[in-house]
Amino acid sequence: MAIQPAKFHNGSLAESWRIQRRIIWALVLREILTRYGRHNIGFLWLFVEPMLFTVGVTALWTATKAVHGSSLPIVAFAVTGYSSVLLWRNMPARCIMAMEPNFGLLYHRNVRPIDIYLSRLLLEAAGAGISFVVLTLFFHFVGWLEFPEDILEVIAAWLMLAWMGTGLALFIGSLSEFSEMVEKLWHPFQYLLFPLSGAAFLVDALPPQAQQFVLILPMVHGVEMLREGYFGSQMVAHYSLGYMAVFNAVLTLLGLAQVRKVSMTLELE
Amino acid sequence: MIRLHNINKNYLTRSGPVRVLRDVNLAVERGERIGILGRNGAGKSTLIRLVSGAELPTSGIVERSMSVSWPLAFGGAFQGSLTGLDNLRVICRIYGVSASDRIDFVEDFSELGVYLREPVKTYSSGMRARLAFAISMVIDFDCFLIDEIVAVGDARFHAKCNHELFVNRGDRAMIIVSHDANYIREHCSRAAVLVDGELHHSDGLDEAFAFYDRATALAA
Repeated sequence: MAIQPAKFHNGSLAESWRIQRRIIWALVLREILTRYGRHNIGFLWLFVEPMLFTVGVTALWTATKAVHGSSLPIVAFAVTGYSSVLLWRNMPARCIMAMEPNFGLLYHRNVRPIDIYLSRLLLEAAGAGISFVVLTLFFHFVGWLEFPEDILEVIAAWLMLAWMGTGLALFIGSLSEFSEMVEKLWHPFQYLLFPLSGAAFLVDALPPQAQQFVLILPMVHGVEMLREGYFGSQMVAHYSLGYMAVFNAVLTLLGLAQVRKVSMTLELE
Repeated sequence: MIRLHNINKNYLTRSGPVRVLRDVNLAVERGERIGILGRNGAGKSTLIRLVSGAELPTSGIVERSMSVSWPLAFGGAFQGSLTGLDNLRVICRIYGVSASDRIDFVEDFSELGVYLREPVKTYSSGMRARLAFAISMVIDFDCFLIDEIVAVGDARFHAKCNHELFVNRGDRAMIIVSHDANYIREHCSRAAVLVDGELHHSDGLDEAFAFYDRATALAA
């Protein structure tokens, strides 16, 4: 057996970046295998699962003729709304208590807690993103949904939501390593957040006082922007990109600081 | 070489921080084999995890100027839901080497047969140990960290492991932690003793063993 020795790394930035990419990719592939395995449709579950959720909600809202305060088609409304919920709700959920099942991998020096988080987040975002694109294409094909009016705005809004999901996930996930309460509280919290998140209403349809209140939540800004990108000519969007960016940045900083604390105090077994 | 400067390590417990290592200094040259003796709970595994870089010290500096393995032990470090083969692939990806030309070695060395393609959670502890050791030998390092590797395995497999480690890799540096003085005597050129988180260096192997005996007798 010809063995190449493990290289000793000089610690330059380029070298570190190369290792970083290698580790995250290794973890992504590992995660796909442990989560979806090689049975039935395998890794396709990555986006089939969120797709089923979105289709289910779309069907439910269509059947009940959900009152969302506008004349927008319900399919367009549900796809844009639920695709954004997937980001801020599932990303943190995947990062809660993420260390323990990965103790085996953390024995390898280059695998750090941030790598575990980032690989899971990358997968979660990819799943939500692919599901969003596939559903848009599918519903367009069957004639229930127009293509977005401004695709760049849609992409920007989606990235803002993914960024928010990342910051929130890093923060909640690493906090859960220090207190089991976090896991217990996150479930009711995200459940209660759902009706306020903008997924099921347009801000413009709310009374002004309620508008002020819901616009405290950063994801509402993201969904409004996403919908403006989709069908801006049929609605009045209320959002501030700057507000959401500041909120995201603060969340990300808090998250990274907390992840560092996890790294420093990591105890394997 | 590997150098530890004034390493302290605290673990957080419900009743506040507990210091498991205090002011540990250690230097290991290329090709040198050093044994670290200690009773259960002396901080041996913690020390080896700090040297490997899997855990970080509360204070102090760990310097590495050669490639260092992960702590090799007969267990852990596996994903139970994955097959032995997939576990090998994950490790190879992490270290950036190709898995395909290593499968034969692992298949041959671990003697797992068709079980290499079954989930690790279905393995017996002996099978796990064989897989763990075989995968550990797949990546080459300048320095191997060995944690109580004498613990498991039948005599024949044990001999095979010793050959792979101490003959085929006889020119590598090694840090071996164990509570077994004989194992250290057999394989190391130098030994240090860990007592209650403090590392005591001795001039020779015999001095180290004498110190270990006194420390053990004192505690008993």
